[in-house]
Amino acid sequence: MATAKPRVKVPKSASAGEVITIKTLISHNMESGQRKDKEGNVIPRNIINKFECFFNGTPVFSCDIDPAISANPYFEFTAKVMEAGTFRFVWTGDDGKVYDTEKKIALD
Amino acid sequence: MKLTRRQALSFSTGAIAFTLAGMRIGPALANAEDTSAAVQAFSGGAEPQSGMMTLKAPEIAENGNTVPVSVSVESPMTADDYVESVAIYAEGNPNPEVVVFNFTPMSGEASATTRMRLAKTQNVVAVAKTSTGKVYIDKREVKVTIGGCGG
Repeated sequence: MATAKPRVKVPKSASAGEVITIKTLISHNMESGQRKDKEGNVIPRNIINKFECFFNGTPVFSCDIDPAISANPYFEFTAKVMEAGTFRFVWTGDDGKVYDTEKKIALD
Repeated sequence: MKLTRRQALSFSTGAIAFTLAGMRIGPALANAEDTSAAVQAFSGGAEPQSGMMTLKAPEIAENGNTVPVSVSVESPMTADDYVESVAIYAEGNPNPEVVVFNFTPMSGEASATTRMRLAKTQNVVAVAKTSTGKVYIDKREVKVTIGGCGG
């Protein structure tokens, strides 16, 4: 899908040491490789297989994804914020496409 | 070749059985053994304990295409004692693997939520691995009204 659009929700600011919740969603049909088209041919698998989150370049959270994750994969996870900085989110697809987005967070 | 009545009958029942076998609907599904093998491989053979991890999933999922599932593990999440990863398996899907969450001490808490596909009513298993070598497990049955694997 050419129009995979990542959406990320990060609080604008947090106090030092606070654990915040991050919600991410990317629109992607996550073709599982199990479905068949009208002629009975298997539709080839095409999913997002990796999602990573970094804070100022340090890995925070990542996941390895199998076809059993729903279309428009949604992930909610936490992060501990010690300083102001930038979260970077990266999704990698089976077809080699990489989608990424960034969100800044400030300290209270 | 002349067929006797008995031969003709046995041929036709055989043919019917063969057709039925070929008509098995949908993809081959995984089973509990595949899942426990996958759990073993993930945990490296350590004996899993229950109680420290909570796996949350609905009791009844109307649509198997999007079943919300969340895991959380009790852990101090410090640099020398944190949850490294949590894997989720679905016993009745074509492949038992669903997702592997990798945490770091920067995660603050070992908890995550996502949405998964379930082919039919089945057990969902979550396995957590800590940096100190402990393995936790939790299991939940989800009843699925409409399966979510096409086919």
